[in-house]
Amino acid sequence: MEALAAIARIAAEAGDAAADPAAAKATAAAASAGYAYGLAAIGPGIGIGIIFGKAIESMARQPEAAGMVRTTMFLGVAFTEALALIGFVAFILLKFA
Amino acid sequence: MTNNVNPSVLAMRDTGPSPEAQITRDIVKRGVIAAPALVTASWLVWGSDGAWSSGYGLGLVLCNFMIAAGLVATTARISYALMMAATLFGYIVRLGIVALAVMLVRNEPWVDLMALGLTLVISHLGLLFWEMRYVSATLAFPGLKPTLTSTMSGYDSVSSSIPHDDNPVISTEKANV
Repeated sequence: MEALAAIARIAAEAGDAAADPAAAKATAAAASAGYAYGLAAIGPGIGIGIIFGKAIESMARQPEAAGMVRTTMFLGVAFTEALALIGFVAFILLKFA
Repeated sequence: MTNNVNPSVLAMRDTGPSPEAQITRDIVKRGVIAAPALVTASWLVWGSDGAWSSGYGLGLVLCNFMIAAGLVATTARISYALMMAATLFGYIVRLGIVALAVMLVRNEPWVDLMALGLTLVISHLGLLFWEMRYVSATLAFPGLKPTLTSTMSGYDSVSSSIPHDDNPVISTEKANV
């Protein structure tokens, strides 16, 4: 029930905002920034999953190379995370700066 | 495609020294080295607010690296399956922590969001590229690496080519499950 009430409140606020073009524009910008951040987090999430899956597969095939695999895996994960960080920074700058 | 994969790999664990911890130690050292230059550059562009924001952003990035390495290193000693789960969920959690840390200070008078945001991205990528140069050189030319560090870090492929049971760097073993 609380969730429904929250949705109704948001819809009402959106209706109020629609009456004022400037407010509607600000609302749309905020929503777009949020969507952008969410979408920016999806890609790296998939990428990290692939990196880890392949790393586990590599360690299964060659356990003696685990140290090297983990080293490159960690760097790969950190680089992939940078994409999400860029999305977050874009969100922050669009919404608040 | 995965017919050759040992099905019990997820029950394996790595009790040797953690390469992630070594990488993060190097990154933190380099972050400390680069911090004065980064803060000074921000101070020149955005003033004292930029300098404070830049220092805060760099601290966030280094904490993020340390948490990531701690998660991987700790869970790898338990099992690879846990390591995978901890890293995937840890990604979400760490992203949330970074977002929370920025949101908490965004209205503070000493914060310049542009400086903070740019520091987050530039220091994260810059430190990674700096470390990657070192790691790639170590992997390509293991003989150039100092002996003590080589023994401790688990970076080089030479020590990794030692038969598995005799390898002091990578002592992967099956967990008792």
